[in-house]
Amino acid sequence: MNFVKSADGWAFSIAPLGDRALVVQLPPQGENQPAWQVSAELAKLLRAAKRSWIIDVVPAYTTVTVVYDPLLLYQTASAGVLLFEVAAAEVRAILQQLHEHQHRHQINQQEQLPKYAGVLHQEPRVIEIPVCYGSSYGPDLPQCAERAGMSEAAFIRRHAEAEYRVAMIGFMPGFPYLTGLPPELSQPRRSSPRSIVPAGAVGIAGGQTGVYPLATPGGWQLIGRTPLALFDPKRAEPILLRAGDHVRFVPINETETNLGEWQ
Amino acid sequence: MSLTVIKPGFHTTVQDLGRPGWRHGGIPEGGAMDSIALRIANLLARNAQGAAALELTLTGPQLRLEQDTLLAVTGAEMAPTLDDEPIPQWRPIWAAAGAVLAFGQAASGCRAYVAVAGGIDAAPALGSRSTDTRAGIGGIAGRPLRRGDALPCGSGAGAAKAWGSRPKWAAPAWFAAPPRTLLASRSSSGSTAGTTVLRVVPGAEYGQFREAARTAFMRERYRVAPASDRMGVRLDGPPLETSDSAELLSHGVIAGTIQVPHGGTPIILAADCQTTGGYPKIAHVISADLPVLAQCSPGDWLTFTEVTSGEAQRILLDQEREMRVLAAAIRLSSPFSMNLR
Repeated sequence: MNFVKSADGWAFSIAPLGDRALVVQLPPQGENQPAWQVSAELAKLLRAAKRSWIIDVVPAYTTVTVVYDPLLLYQTASAGVLLFEVAAAEVRAILQQLHEHQHRHQINQQEQLPKYAGVLHQEPRVIEIPVCYGSSYGPDLPQCAERAGMSEAAFIRRHAEAEYRVAMIGFMPGFPYLTGLPPELSQPRRSSPRSIVPAGAVGIAGGQTGVYPLATPGGWQLIGRTPLALFDPKRAEPILLRAGDHVRFVPINETETNLGEWQ
Repeated sequence: MSLTVIKPGFHTTVQDLGRPGWRHGGIPEGGAMDSIALRIANLLARNAQGAAALELTLTGPQLRLEQDTLLAVTGAEMAPTLDDEPIPQWRPIWAAAGAVLAFGQAASGCRAYVAVAGGIDAAPALGSRSTDTRAGIGGIAGRPLRRGDALPCGSGAGAAKAWGSRPKWAAPAWFAAPPRTLLASRSSSGSTAGTTVLRVVPGAEYGQFREAARTAFMRERYRVAPASDRMGVRLDGPPLETSDSAELLSHGVIAGTIQVPHGGTPIILAADCQTTGGYPKIAHVISADLPVLAQCSPGDWLTFTEVTSGEAQRILLDQEREMRVLAAAIRLSSPFSMNLR
């Protein structure tokens, strides 16, 4: 374990994940923002740093996993050194830049930061996801509204008015773990999972809402469906959402979209 | 050049070395389960080591060669034949157009690889031709082969040369031996004869498992369960309990990660595993032994043995050095001057 602790208590540790990856563990609660936001920022920075030996950077709730190529890293390392230590030292240096960036207004170090740290100035993206709520698109909406003690229209309004953010992507290609579901809209999982949930289905399970990027079996309560593909391998950006994005659900009706694409 | 699928076999897919660089989008790295066998098959067929080839599982397919070609079969022993004549594995093979390349069941190992000169020219998806059946991308329409599929092949060094003369096939007297790092994995003595040994480094939650669970994991034998696939190898054996049942938040995982669902038996994540998971990780199979894991079939017995991170690194570097020597040796040999049978 490699702990870095600065004067203001900002700390993280780096530990190996097997023999070709490492995990940056962030404190569960950041100074001014939740850990997943720090994680998304750090991932952005690590990707922008464009190290040849970094294969993948996976931000999650309180961790960032870095998968590296030991053979490429070996070419830059001195003999006898543990490659994990080499990778950890580089990642620690990059993470330190994030820390300095966040305090740059106090210490006026902006000009000393590498150019790629500019990614941190990018505003978070806002992605609108059109949703056909209810009817055959969201077969569980009536029961969900009833459990929440409100009308279907009110349930839709609450779901669409809320501000969501992507905490992480995982589980399947393009699947967003969204934060921000109003607590009163929480729903239990279905007691018997559906054998197939269509791609684009918008659902709720526990305190989470999400969108299925692919057809799959699933136990979420389905309240609607979007014609927007969260995963499309033919698109220039195959994955619609990234950790850190803001997401808004926009109610649409059937006539506003080409339903043929869904079949 | 193309191959026509007469019988698809149990689960035959197009695989290359996978699609690294997409995990942040939840897309698995995928690729050949036994990357060493794939690379050697490609070297023998005069392809780049990462060219797309066929991964055969447990029972192989029947394929008709539509043109003369150079090909190679590596990995699990699957009794390959050309027009019913047994052909050797781990050698380059010149084969004549019209011949039927057929396979039986895996006699040892689980996955065999068939490389043809020029590689399987399926349309790449996200930088790779590897089939990911869950995402439905890569290979032939993102699915395993079916009867009647026509598999286009690229043009390789061995593809253009016509094997115009007879006999039907020819192979040199030499063969490619897999790296010695992979040979250490089979125990041949004592009560564990026939058991595959996988080398592991401890996982982040290793210390949270009860003493008895840690001892059982390192000492007892586990059996590969039938529900195993390219996403994960499921094991039957002593259940492993943690002393701390606190839930973990979802975090990144990779092939080789051994996670233990609550009080349950271990699952070794494999090539097509999810990018994130939330179960405690007792250990990780070292990268150099993932090809050994790929060859474990349902019913096989496994044990785990701990190595340090330094040893894991040394074994991987040794394996790559051997692969470099092998690649050079194959490049220097001529596939065109073969001893006919």
